[in-house]
Amino acid sequence: MSYNILLCGVGGQGTVLASKLLAAAAEKMGETVHSAETIGMAQRGGPVTSHVRIGKDAYSPLIPKKSADLIIAFEPSEAVRNLDYLKDGGAVITNEVCLKPVTESLNPTGYDGKEMVEYLKKTVANLVVLNADKLCEDLGSSKFFNVAVLGVAKGADFLPFTEEALIETIETSVKAGFVEVNKKAFLHGVEEGRK
Amino acid sequence: MKKEYVMGNQAIALGAIAAGVNVACGYPGTPSSEIVDTIAKRNVNKAIHVEWSINEKAAMEVAAGASYAGARCLVTMKMMGLNVASDALMSLAYVGVEGGLVVVSADDPGPISSQTEQDTRLFAKYCRIPVFDPSSVEEAYEMIQDAFEYSEKYKTPVLFRPTTRIDHAYGSITYDENACPKEIPGFVKNSKRFVIFPRLSRMNHEMIEKRNPEIGDDFSDYRFNVYQGKEGNKKAVLAGGAGYAYVKEYLQDRTDVSLIKVGTPHPFPERFLLNALKDVEEVLVVEELFPYLEEELLMLAGKKQLKIKVLGKHTGNSPLAGENTAEQVAADVAAFLGEASNETEGIESSDASGRPNPPMRPPVLCAGCPHRASFYAVKQAMKGRKANFSGDIGCYTLGNAMPLDMVDTCLCMGAGITMAQGLHWTDKETVNFAFVGDSTFFASGMTGIANAVYNEADMILCVLDNSTTAMTGHQPHPGTGMNMMGDVVNKISIEKILKGMGIEKVLNVNPLNLEEAKSAISECADAPGVKAIIFKSPCVALFKPTEKCVITDSCIGCKKCIREIGCPAISADGKTVKIDASMCTGCSLCAQICPTGAIKKEVR
Repeated sequence: MSYNILLCGVGGQGTVLASKLLAAAAEKMGETVHSAETIGMAQRGGPVTSHVRIGKDAYSPLIPKKSADLIIAFEPSEAVRNLDYLKDGGAVITNEVCLKPVTESLNPTGYDGKEMVEYLKKTVANLVVLNADKLCEDLGSSKFFNVAVLGVAKGADFLPFTEEALIETIETSVKAGFVEVNKKAFLHGVEEGRK
Repeated sequence: MKKEYVMGNQAIALGAIAAGVNVACGYPGTPSSEIVDTIAKRNVNKAIHVEWSINEKAAMEVAAGASYAGARCLVTMKMMGLNVASDALMSLAYVGVEGGLVVVSADDPGPISSQTEQDTRLFAKYCRIPVFDPSSVEEAYEMIQDAFEYSEKYKTPVLFRPTTRIDHAYGSITYDENACPKEIPGFVKNSKRFVIFPRLSRMNHEMIEKRNPEIGDDFSDYRFNVYQGKEGNKKAVLAGGAGYAYVKEYLQDRTDVSLIKVGTPHPFPERFLLNALKDVEEVLVVEELFPYLEEELLMLAGKKQLKIKVLGKHTGNSPLAGENTAEQVAADVAAFLGEASNETEGIESSDASGRPNPPMRPPVLCAGCPHRASFYAVKQAMKGRKANFSGDIGCYTLGNAMPLDMVDTCLCMGAGITMAQGLHWTDKETVNFAFVGDSTFFASGMTGIANAVYNEADMILCVLDNSTTAMTGHQPHPGTGMNMMGDVVNKISIEKILKGMGIEKVLNVNPLNLEEAKSAISECADAPGVKAIIFKSPCVALFKPTEKCVITDSCIGCKKCIREIGCPAISADGKTVKIDASMCTGCSLCAQICPTGAIKKEVR
């Protein structure tokens, strides 16, 4: 199998945990996995990406452009920023709730994410638009979006692993006190994704 | 044996543990910090001595001492830390080691989180010592163990240089979870060997120059210097490190062009290359940072009078700066082979017209960061006066961003303190501030302060003390009262150090109390000599906040809070302002500057 998933968002949104769960689930299925993270200066509110590469032929730590099977975006403009990575016919799942940079308050450009979502709708056939706040309403915090969105990806049939592998991964990878709520987030996401 | 999916830096740490490392030390720096962190976390029975040394030079010297006693030692740093450690390393290269000593110096092509794009491979050549250059996480795990072996075989310190894309990449490794540190033979005194004198240096210099070609020959059979391709190939690609991974991604298992990987850039494995390059007429060199392999190959071609065309950075066939990308390398290799590259064609033909521009997202100080309050207080207290603000390395370099705009200079670790003095000697009317974090203070700030006191400069030292090394992932330091062996230790008081150096005015303030901070700053600005203010408030990333600020109805929408402090939790909401409750820590800096008192603090 060869499958590339790019996760993108803004530092602090929880992309790293999501990419670790994906990698661990792929390993559980007996696949070779590599991934790469943004760590350091850029984490402080800057754009971050995680590249998850599944398959024996993936040597580069980063996904080459036009090679991502799936982009999971935690913020709509970050989906657009990374769109060159999507391969023809690839899928995009994006949160539509925008995160305005601090500079936006100082020098307003009118950025509200809507233009980004419109563009994605026009150009990506295989697109799922989510509202993180709504998706996570019953979970108590939109911080669980990172796990819920994996459920959506699974429910929408964009992930090459079984639901069981992902649930087992959550059980073994997430801190003990947070396993149940993350499982709930994941399963809630699966239901949403099926729609 | 245990299989685990780990970060490159964890793989390096586990490799060192597998090699029986006895002493692991270093100074934090992206992208190297997780190596020492990992060894400390996995230090069964505290059998390994693990420390964050106060700086890279101290780490190198601790390791040198332990190595003389036969211990296996690992020293870690980012590549600019190697500049600091180079005084010790350069001499150690002459003296040599007893126990294996491996210096990990992580390079940062891009640069992604660094001041320079320097290249550790060149440093190895300068020191005349071997260097290992892993091209994947899995290889890094194996190679670090080899590095210890070679270090002991040739009794020399060796460098090991991963790059960001190896350090922060993840892969699966299988390791022995029961590995133990080696027995330490103990220090055997031998002043003829361990005391560096000109005579010894002269002798060892010649020994080293004779030895290095032997190591190069040894490296010619090294398991990670490999090539693929069939005999008679006229074209070859030479690569190392992450660059190799990008080329391999493009070429996969093709044999019609040779792909040569050099895992040991110094000493150059000449015999291996001469063999791999038989019949080859044209070589494209793919590497990041310096054209190191390219120049070594040019030298080899000159030496052996090879009829070979070497293409790379010098010939405009690959980028001069910045990190490699999969598609750039694919395009360069495709152009070299005269092929159409899918990657480049695809990108060019993909329709990006009409695509909206995503907003810029420069990194910023966190919501509630006490550094923001410190900078703001100094800015307010100095309003209308001429003042220079010398910055330093850490999260607080981000104080340069608008609207704070409070970092006029930033050069290297500790430089703000000494540069403020230089600025003072050119213009005594301007008030000179130097901002330094607590970890940077211990790493390289103290000598600069002694310099200021001794030479009678006028300056105000602002220590931004958040009780941690925040930028690199919250490592402890001498002021925190914790060390990497898990012990609670005496905190070294920054205040006592400053007073001990003869600074009379040393004020402690809470930066989150704006008026208190401003009056301390004004008091210092009017006094002669060296003055110090310690802004004490813990890093917000270390604690779960218990309070938050909220906007009340009396907000008149003047947006002073947005215009003046640039907190990421505050944004414009039509005519008024809103505070993101999930980000706000309740630092209340905004509440203190609100002209109508419209911001209130609440318990979360």
